[in-house]
Amino acid sequence: MLPLSRPAPASAGMTGTWRTYKPVVNLQKCIDCGLCWLYCPESVIDWEKGYKIQIDYTYCKGCGICADVCPVKAINMTPEEGI
Amino acid sequence: MKTLTIQKTALTGNYAVAYATKMAKPHVIAAYPITPQTSIVEKLAEFVEKGELNTSFVNVESEFAAMSVVYGAAMAGARAFTATSSHGLLYMYEATWWTALSRAPVVMAVVTRTIGPPWNIHVEHNDILTLRDAGWIIAMAETVQETFDLTLQAFRIAESAALPTAVGVDGFVLSHSTEPVEMPPQEVVDKYLPPRRPDVPMLLRPGEPVTFGNLPSDNKIHARHKVAAVYEAQQEAKKVISQADEEYGRLTGRRYGGLVEWYRAGDAKHIVVCAGAWCSDAKHAVDYLRARGVPVGLMRIRFVRPFPREEVAKLDQYETAVVYDRDITPMGGILGLEVKAALSRARVVNIVAGIAGVDFDSRHFYETIQNAIDGGYRDLVFVV
Amino acid sequence: MSFRIDQLPKKKYVVPGNAACAGCGMMIGLKILGMALGEEAVLSIPASCAAVVQGLTPKSGVAMPILNVPFASAAAVATGIAEAYRMLGVKGHAVVWAGDGGTADIGFGTVSGAAERNSNIIYVMYDNEAYMNTGIQRSSSTPRAAWTTTTPTGKHERKKDVALLMAMHGVPYVATASIAYPQDFYRKLKRASEIQGFKFIHLHAPCPPGWRYDPAKTVEIAKLAVETGAWILWEYDNGQLKLNPPSTVYVDRAKRKPLKEYLKLQGRFAHLTDNDVKMLEEEIEAKWQTVLALAKAFPQRL
Repeated sequence: MLPLSRPAPASAGMTGTWRTYKPVVNLQKCIDCGLCWLYCPESVIDWEKGYKIQIDYTYCKGCGICADVCPVKAINMTPEEGI
Repeated sequence: MKTLTIQKTALTGNYAVAYATKMAKPHVIAAYPITPQTSIVEKLAEFVEKGELNTSFVNVESEFAAMSVVYGAAMAGARAFTATSSHGLLYMYEATWWTALSRAPVVMAVVTRTIGPPWNIHVEHNDILTLRDAGWIIAMAETVQETFDLTLQAFRIAESAALPTAVGVDGFVLSHSTEPVEMPPQEVVDKYLPPRRPDVPMLLRPGEPVTFGNLPSDNKIHARHKVAAVYEAQQEAKKVISQADEEYGRLTGRRYGGLVEWYRAGDAKHIVVCAGAWCSDAKHAVDYLRARGVPVGLMRIRFVRPFPREEVAKLDQYETAVVYDRDITPMGGILGLEVKAALSRARVVNIVAGIAGVDFDSRHFYETIQNAIDGGYRDLVFVV
Repeated sequence: MSFRIDQLPKKKYVVPGNAACAGCGMMIGLKILGMALGEEAVLSIPASCAAVVQGLTPKSGVAMPILNVPFASAAAVATGIAEAYRMLGVKGHAVVWAGDGGTADIGFGTVSGAAERNSNIIYVMYDNEAYMNTGIQRSSSTPRAAWTTTTPTGKHERKKDVALLMAMHGVPYVATASIAYPQDFYRKLKRASEIQGFKFIHLHAPCPPGWRYDPAKTVEIAKLAVETGAWILWEYDNGQLKLNPPSTVYVDRAKRKPLKEYLKLQGRFAHLTDNDVKMLEEEIEAKWQTVLALAKAFPQRL
């Protein structure tokens, strides 16, 4: 009766293509604190304590908040190829 | 076996709305005062205070909030009611459209009143007719008894058709006039009005992540929804209304005929068309003219929406259709325009009268009907 | 009560691939709302960025039940939902998620009405300090001197303090919060959900395109707002008004960072002179004195 919506990835498309800089994590440096997971506005960082983090580049928009909040600077924003 | 008693009493139109609403047992009522509607919500407040009605009675800060509260309640699965008039309806206007396009089955009494300026509390139909394009079902009562009956039926119609439904009650003429009313026993009403389905138009519940109203990925999704909600649902509602009338008749003995009521129209050559309380005066005029040999009948529009197109099309078999409007637009009267659009043969005379609460009684009716039949008017006349 | 970060729920209430701008502060808030009340909340969202970020039907970028509603209506719609649930025996919270325009300006009537009648809703005003969805126009919640497209030389009036206005309605619960302090916001949402009646949380949420800064700085700027004293974290809980950490430290003006550190990262304040900054600092100090006076006036829970 109504055009309803249900939660699904890509409600605005493949937002990873928006990215001009890519967050690259150095897992040697990562202290497993979870702050990047907590602040990621996109929910593209998975974190399980003891297993550190993983970034979903299909949807990461490359805002750089994760790199900015990382207390040990374990995440580097590196230019996307072709940009 | 318990005997069921019909209660006979005398009520004003507003109290008839209140009593019928009480018997419909809404979960949520939003109340905001405006003359001449106020005594509806006052009476309902009294029922709640006395413990006669178990409802959430929400005193809101504006009509816009009133419509928004009943909208939220209806979307969450509740039976919801509010009432307003004139400027109150205009103030809630955005929310009335949102409610219709959400298929939220709210019921609203619109006690019709003039739109200003200047301030004027007397009857006029421009207010309720602003809902005509919004997707609402719009009923117009003629008597206090019908006000009561239509209010009860409105809950069933709104919930079966999944469309908000307005019941027009002419300000003061009906709202503050006392007439005898028969009220069916509560058991009969309960049978007539089964509990609301909480999953229509959607099931809005915590833990169930369903969203309504975010942007469409394709505007055609929205367009199809509009055609379904604004047009198709209204066509389907015709059946719902006819069943509601039929079933109500079976249970109470009172049938009104659905979208329109015909009066002495069978052998007539000319037909009067009107809506609302003044149809009683128009019927007197028809009787008066009939007694003097004028072959005139009447079609009373009970539902302005869904527009009774099939019934109105039958007016082509008459020589003259005299359409009365208690409303005014830059193009003439609203009913006049709509009736004209459905006809190809009959001569249509549109009489805009009684606006701003100007008295228009059966004498005015028979004089103007006679004049229209005699060719004394062009196609549009303003009587003020 | 504090919450350890690894104890927060992992479920994604903000779904990747949504329509929010990169670095959106409001989305951090929405994520925390999901963590705190995602299984209990039904959201009313008026016209706002929050309506747009959901993405396109038939998908939604937010994994909570949402009713999108007219701009000014959210507090009233949520009231209707709350009352329907009470009457139908449905457990859950009617939550409003609205911007500053929808709250401080066009929706203020319905918000004030819901507060006065103590409707049982949780109202979150995420404050990005302008009409960002329509392209950065001034709202009553835009701070003095900030550039917007309708205040090209900076806003001449002060920011409307909606949280204090709500507290003065005498409702059971009002709090300020910041997206830079997710655990504080989380705790406040949890606290609000325990209380019957009207709850209001004013959430400070920076906006990269609207405030003119690098989207990486969203959290940093929100934190600086608190550290400079420009945004004060406080809580009014059943008659008691108190400051929350870390704002408790910044009662002492000397402990606050210079306001300039907050302003200089934002293009919307780029035109400010040192004198302008000084004037803003004095205005902030006056706000502190007001909040401290109120904390003194409302020392105990009722």
